[in-house]
Amino acid sequence: MRSYLPAFACKAPASLDEALVTLASEPGKWTPLAGGTDLMVLFESGKLPPGHFLSLWKLPELRGIEVTDDAITLGALTTYAEVREHATVAFELPMLAAAARESGAIAIQGRGTLGGNIMNASPAADSPPALVAYDAEIELVRASGARWVRYRDFHTGYKVMDRAPDEILRRIRIPRRDPGQHWVHFYRKVGTRRFQAITKVGIAAIGRVEGGVARDVRVAFTSVAPTVLAAARTEAALEGQAFGPGLVAAARAATRADVTPIDDIRSTERYRHQVAENLADSFVHALFAQKA
Amino acid sequence: MGRTVGTSAPRKEGVDKVTGAARYVDDLVMDGMIHGVTVRSRVAHGRITGIRFDPGFPWDEIVVVTAADIPGRNMVTMIEEDQPFLAADLIKHPEEPVVLLAHADRDLVIEAAKHVHIEVEELPAIFSIDDGLAADVRLFKDDNVLKRFLIEKGDVDAAFAEPGLVVVEGEYETGAQEQLYLEAMGMIAVAAPGKGVTVWGSLQCPYYVHKALKPLFGLGDGEVRVIQAVTGGGFGGKEEYPSLIAGHAALLSWKAGGVPVKVIYDRAEDMVATTKRHPSRTRIRTAVKPDGELVAMDVVFDIDGGAYATLSAVVLSRGAIHAAGPYRCPNSRIHARAVATNHPPHGAFRGFGAPQSCFAYERHMERVAEAVGLSSVAIRRKNLLGPGDLTATSQVVEDQIDFPALLDQALEASDFEAKRAAFAKHNADPASHTRKGIGVATFYHGGGFTGSGEVHLASVVGVEALRGGRARVLAASTEIGQGTNTIFSQIASDALGVPYEWVEVAAPDTGRVPNSGPTVASRTCMVVGKLVQDAAGAVVTTLRKAGLLGEEHTPEQLAAAVDSYLERFGELRTFSQYKPPAGIVWDDKTYRGAAYAAYGWAAYVAEVEVDLVTYEPHLRGFWAVQDIGTVINPLLAAGQVEGGVTQAIGWALFEEVRWREGRMINNQLTNYIIPTAADVPPIHVAFAPVPFAHGPSGAKGVGELPMDGPAPAIVNAIEDALGIDVRRVPALPEVVMEAVLAKRAAAGEVQHV
Ligand SMILES: Cc1cc2nc3c(=O)[nH]c(=O)nc-3n(C[C@H](O)[C@H](O)[C@H](O)COP(=O)(O)OP(=O)(O)OC[C@H]3O[C@@H](n4cnc5c(N)ncnc54)[C@H](O)[C@@H]3O)c2cc1C
Repeated sequence: MRSYLPAFACKAPASLDEALVTLASEPGKWTPLAGGTDLMVLFESGKLPPGHFLSLWKLPELRGIEVTDDAITLGALTTYAEVREHATVAFELPMLAAAARESGAIAIQGRGTLGGNIMNASPAADSPPALVAYDAEIELVRASGARWVRYRDFHTGYKVMDRAPDEILRRIRIPRRDPGQHWVHFYRKVGTRRFQAITKVGIAAIGRVEGGVARDVRVAFTSVAPTVLAAARTEAALEGQAFGPGLVAAARAATRADVTPIDDIRSTERYRHQVAENLADSFVHALFAQKA
Repeated sequence: MGRTVGTSAPRKEGVDKVTGAARYVDDLVMDGMIHGVTVRSRVAHGRITGIRFDPGFPWDEIVVVTAADIPGRNMVTMIEEDQPFLAADLIKHPEEPVVLLAHADRDLVIEAAKHVHIEVEELPAIFSIDDGLAADVRLFKDDNVLKRFLIEKGDVDAAFAEPGLVVVEGEYETGAQEQLYLEAMGMIAVAAPGKGVTVWGSLQCPYYVHKALKPLFGLGDGEVRVIQAVTGGGFGGKEEYPSLIAGHAALLSWKAGGVPVKVIYDRAEDMVATTKRHPSRTRIRTAVKPDGELVAMDVVFDIDGGAYATLSAVVLSRGAIHAAGPYRCPNSRIHARAVATNHPPHGAFRGFGAPQSCFAYERHMERVAEAVGLSSVAIRRKNLLGPGDLTATSQVVEDQIDFPALLDQALEASDFEAKRAAFAKHNADPASHTRKGIGVATFYHGGGFTGSGEVHLASVVGVEALRGGRARVLAASTEIGQGTNTIFSQIASDALGVPYEWVEVAAPDTGRVPNSGPTVASRTCMVVGKLVQDAAGAVVTTLRKAGLLGEEHTPEQLAAAVDSYLERFGELRTFSQYKPPAGIVWDDKTYRGAAYAAYGWAAYVAEVEVDLVTYEPHLRGFWAVQDIGTVINPLLAAGQVEGGVTQAIGWALFEEVRWREGRMINNQLTNYIIPTAADVPPIHVAFAPVPFAHGPSGAKGVGELPMDGPAPAIVNAIEDALGIDVRRVPALPEVVMEAVLAKRAAAGEVQHV
């Protein structure tokens, strides 16, 4: 049964400064509220403890997608619909576009935000693996200043992240890649059904082949660890290597060592292990299939 | 004028539904209405030792009802009387209603429910069929068997002893399934001493609710009135549980001095607390001649009934009667048991036991085929029932069907044989990342109540002639999205000889309509539709007898005749009551005879492609060919088939109820996974109608049949694709993976898991 509405307070500041001052005045008291597509589900099922919520929805400083020569920067309030509609994002960051397309359905895509997806810190979220694979950095702001963090290092444990109680996520910056190089983007969401599903195992991986060997490989998984997983062993197993059955086996073994899945309401540890390996296998084949 | 039967007349209530004009129970607001909530046990088995209300909450403002407030009998009237409206002492499942609360502020009363604590001394609980049968924990009589049937034909033991037969054994399981109607359940009640009880709600069977409310308040027929609000789906889920909710709302209103009380379940409560399809386990032993002819079948069919008897006996009966399949087999024995556990009671769901036993026998037929070296098609073709053959209850098949031809139609439509060959080639290609397969299932489903059930129901339908030749059908059969209003209007307008638009169907209201029986068991068209036809025909006969109408008439002539009749006599209502077709004989004691007046017959084909990276079986096509007698409304009938197939796809591949200590823990749409449009393949529906002499214009039933066959057809296709023998549904990717890995391990291939 739903939570008790009268026990909740909500405030909607009109500017980022006002929001930051509120957060700084009583650190930890105010919980940011963006699209509400995670928070309202908890509210409706009675699992959201009553408290004080700070709506970020009206903050212009957190909106918009900016493209410069060396980076694409997305405001924390960027919705899935905006990601899907942006031509440069679709072309250069197809894995982020795929994550947006395969998250929820139209209504959720119009309301759910990238910032919310990151800060909700679900180990099954769909955009984080793409952001890890694309070497994203995120900017956290508070009244006393701002800092940039490498996204790969941001989540440190189940729902634990490198964030102070008075900080909010302002934007996400993704470096642009050399358009002269041929990159293979490999994204696959394995959900409990084709669409409108929470991911059971997901992969976002990128790399290129130069001189017959894999280069600049990034591999990230979702739903196989307490946080989005940067699969360092898998990346290392592939980096600088040429294709062959030995490489496929090595990648599979590395992935097996990288992931730490569990049994839960949606799937089994065994399934996640096996499918994560299979996906790593598929990525290796895709990477080298494209080399011509 | 043209007949409307056989045309896709538009839905009577369609415009109201798509424009939002239709009023569901939660749309209804009454003066002074307050909101009720239910506080439930959280323990699967135990004794209530106390009820604690947190101090500091404004309890004096809240209406509080416990079992002690019940004016009449605290028992839901069903087949057995064992389920209380509110638990007073013993708790038998984790969602047992114990306390009811109501207040004008819905938020406040929901909050109040969190401040009531039911103290329970826990008892050991059981959650499986085997633990139920072991009966170390007693829930029902001595053996926890809520109901048992034995259906025998021939001499099974002697047949198995015959030399030269191939014996095939198998065990099959099916999981629980949530009906997941779009509209969660809800009721509004107004009840007060001296004023009686009136309820409005989302329900399938007004007279079931009526029957349950009378003893609860100690009231007579005329003092209880049940009105169906527009209902957003039922699928069996609103057959029985609405009686409890109606009782709860009425108890609160009674205590609150007669103010209207609304009780609306949210999705989570609806899923966790109300009935689901019975989980099942079927063991089959078959003796077959080397050429594939079935000689004997020995079936043990067990279902998990949950904590109370509710409808388990009749679900079991239907499942058992269908358990030998639509096959000629001279010796059969079906031993069926419904077993008590500490799950919330399982209940009615489209198919009513038959999908469970059908999954078992249609998977088992693959094993039989394999054992004698026949194909999936050949083993079925050899044994399919035909006119004059005997079913497992020794009923002579009267339907003039050509079942092999119906099977051929499905095979041709799906290009079955060519695909089997092409897929075998595809599957042998080491470079392919998928495996393809195609599977078939043949099955049947009886229409109407089982055995003497319709005779006992003795349903009545009325037709009221109105000025201008308009007419109103009076029946308690409910429109729950399946098309009752539309087909009744079609049938009545043809019988009256007036346009479809001239006929309407009265909203089911026990104060105004006769008892045409429950809206269940594929009976609404075949049984009640026939009564509609007869009652409407009686209007014409009455007018003729009064000398107002000739042998032939136009709608205008009928209108004039009705107007004169009404002028003279005031009103014109005709009624028709069920009479069994001649020759329908059933023996309840031996469970022998004509189990159903007629059957729907079907052959379904499923095509799958399994992804070898993720083990997901993707359906690529589905073909559903069936005989449902004359098709009254082709669009609605096809809709019933597509909907039933889709629901069965969910049961076969996606929908797993996850239990913890007897509670469903995935009671949200985010984790109880039903298929979306993206998971459902094109469904090709075809009808091969053989008119049924005793149905309206030759119609039989269609509602449940399409739920029966898809699961085995799909799993048979998965077997064709991967060579794995999956014996349970849902066949989740995790299940498929385990079977694939086990097969690879058995073949000596390396595997990591
Ligand atoms: C039907 C449905 C389907 C869904 N499908 C998917 C799916 O397929 N894949 C998927 O990954 N997710 C899915 N989700 C989850 C959800 O939509 C996403 O996680 C979404 O991105 C959350 O964004 P939001 O703005 O709505 O977050 P909110 O609910 O507003 O917030 C989520 C969390 O992030 C914090 N937060 C939000 N913004 C900031 C900020 N700028 N700074 C600091 N903290 C912040 C909030 O305090 C809260 O803890 C689904 C949800 C629903 C209801």
